[in-house]
Amino acid sequence: MSAPSRNRSGERLDALRAEGRAALIGYLPVGFPDVAGSVAAAVAMVEAGVDVIELGIAYSDPVMDGPVIQDAVERALAGGVRVRDVFGAVEGIAATGAPVLVMSYFNPILRYGVDRFARDLAAAGGAGIITPDLIPDEAGEWIAASDAHDLDRVFLVAPSSTPERLTSTAAASRGFVYAASTMGVTGERTSLGDRAADLVADTRAAGAERVCVGLGVSTGQQAEQVAAYADGVIVGSAFVGPLVRASGPAQGLEAVAAVAADLSAGVRRAVRVPR
Amino acid sequence: MDHPDRSIADSLATLEGPYFGDFGGRFVPEALIAALDELDTEYQKAKVDPGFTGELARLHRTYTGRPSIITEVPRFAKHAGGARVILKREDLNHTGSHKINNVLGQALLTKRIGKTRVIAETGAGQHGVATATAAALFDLDCVIYMGEEDTRRQALNVARMRLLGAEVIPVTTGSRTLKDAINEALRDWVTNVETTNYVFGTVAGPHPFPAMVRDLQRIIGEEARAQVLDLVGRLPDAVAACVGGGSNAIGIFHAFLDDASVRLIGLEAGGDGVETGRHAATITAGAPGVLHGARSFLLQDEDGQTIESHSISAGLDYPGVGPEHSWLASIHRAEYRPITDAQAMDAFKVMCRTEGIIPAIESSHALAGAMQLGRELGPDAVILVNLSGRGDKDVETAARWFGMLDDDPAANVAEIPGEEK
Repeated sequence: MSAPSRNRSGERLDALRAEGRAALIGYLPVGFPDVAGSVAAAVAMVEAGVDVIELGIAYSDPVMDGPVIQDAVERALAGGVRVRDVFGAVEGIAATGAPVLVMSYFNPILRYGVDRFARDLAAAGGAGIITPDLIPDEAGEWIAASDAHDLDRVFLVAPSSTPERLTSTAAASRGFVYAASTMGVTGERTSLGDRAADLVADTRAAGAERVCVGLGVSTGQQAEQVAAYADGVIVGSAFVGPLVRASGPAQGLEAVAAVAADLSAGVRRAVRVPR
Repeated sequence: MDHPDRSIADSLATLEGPYFGDFGGRFVPEALIAALDELDTEYQKAKVDPGFTGELARLHRTYTGRPSIITEVPRFAKHAGGARVILKREDLNHTGSHKINNVLGQALLTKRIGKTRVIAETGAGQHGVATATAAALFDLDCVIYMGEEDTRRQALNVARMRLLGAEVIPVTTGSRTLKDAINEALRDWVTNVETTNYVFGTVAGPHPFPAMVRDLQRIIGEEARAQVLDLVGRLPDAVAACVGGGSNAIGIFHAFLDDASVRLIGLEAGGDGVETGRHAATITAGAPGVLHGARSFLLQDEDGQTIESHSISAGLDYPGVGPEHSWLASIHRAEYRPITDAQAMDAFKVMCRTEGIIPAIESSHALAGAMQLGRELGPDAVILVNLSGRGDKDVETAARWFGMLDDDPAANVAEIPGEEK
């Protein structure tokens, strides 16, 4: 069996930048509505214009997530999803050619074994991990494992991050830096904080090659706005909500594809602010 | 000085965090780091500022009711192998538990930082009541997160918090208990950190909370050590305290950490029995991991998902524990044992009947531990127990347990174990 192709997020972002646009990054938790259903939904999202998939590992205590994602991961856990299910899901989605990042709180990875997780993720064709509750200061083991297995490590910055922390976080990250648009948790918002554009500029000035913006982006219009200045637009709850509300599997796939098409059009409409 | 030959470097009592051996740290979203840094910096300044320490000492004297007394309990001690049992009476503090020690310090710090709103989590409601009290005293807006399940178990404490002007938000996610209340408080804090300070209730959580809350609770052990020396003429053989997150236990243990002859015993909530899986005995039956911002022992499954804890005592019903306890366990300086619901309730009843003191069910775990220790150590032993809270809030739970309510099917009143009527 040949090793699955490894598509990395940084290369994809650079290729899209050369095309003159930002990436659309879509989040779903693995295991909702079930493992196969989440893979099918992610594939549908890629086919409808999502460039990079962020695949969440369901966790019992998701402190960075708002009600929509909390609800979905609670259902995924109730449905019996296991941490190890993520590897097959990654493999299935990576077959589309889209880079697949795993989004996970730290404890499931710690429990699995940080190096073992990195090894299995790389073997499955995963691009790397986004770590919402792991700051570089605490990430020694993960930094070593991601170096050993050549994985992206996406750390977060927030509007409250000091210049010193923007610099250290940018230096520790690989692939891109995830800029939280506002102070808060995941979920759709009617308007984005005005600090997002400044945060992207400050993070670049602190040395980050690529900065993607998440938290609160849900409409094509918001995606267009963010795509003007960021390297990528990260959308979560706006995909998860329709999937939760869908009356059946087919309706769920249609719903996420429609959301992806709207957001994708927004990203492609954006007039890029020169860097 | 009891140990003139012991250098500071040898002391176990000097760790300031973020790490306690392999435990502790700051496993939180980046968005909170600035606030944690600010809190740490301000606290480091405050704790050596006579303006801050003097004001806290004044409040403890004139508001909390410190120093709290110690009480020797000879009739209770007959059920503890005849050992001398001495209670540190944190139950007599204003608001009814040790929680006020921590909260007054953190509320003063909130004012010092210039924030106007405090949030807190609560399990039994004692920390919520203490926080609501301090918020009223210091004119701060106050929101308390409490698991929906706990709001039912502790309805009177919900009313107390509301009387004090706090908003109580029942948390309906996850297991609807303390751990979920902490999750929700963390989400609030991430969102409102510019105006809001999180008054954390125990020695868990991200740095600086484990070290800061410990420092604010150390007064328990500092007072008790001197009081026991004064009463008995020597140090106790053992110090017993209940451990949920572990703040009252760290508070009384700390003054004795360097007294090698003093055994430190933490009593965890054994629920229905550790072997049943329905318990909250984190150090006894858990494994190291990361929860709520710190690396420590926790109850988790093989995927690292937090396992719901179970205890008759809402204040101990927590699947994590403070990192300094995990460290003290790992170096074998402190011992941790489980006490079942039934053992705790037996001790609760013995204390009520023999001494006229209604203890909190949390603290009753420590009393049950003292009963075991006394039998092990014999009549020459001196055991200091932290009576961390009073049982007023638990009257309904206890009355139901013992079948004392009119609507109970039978008045199934258990006798005091080992005592003829």
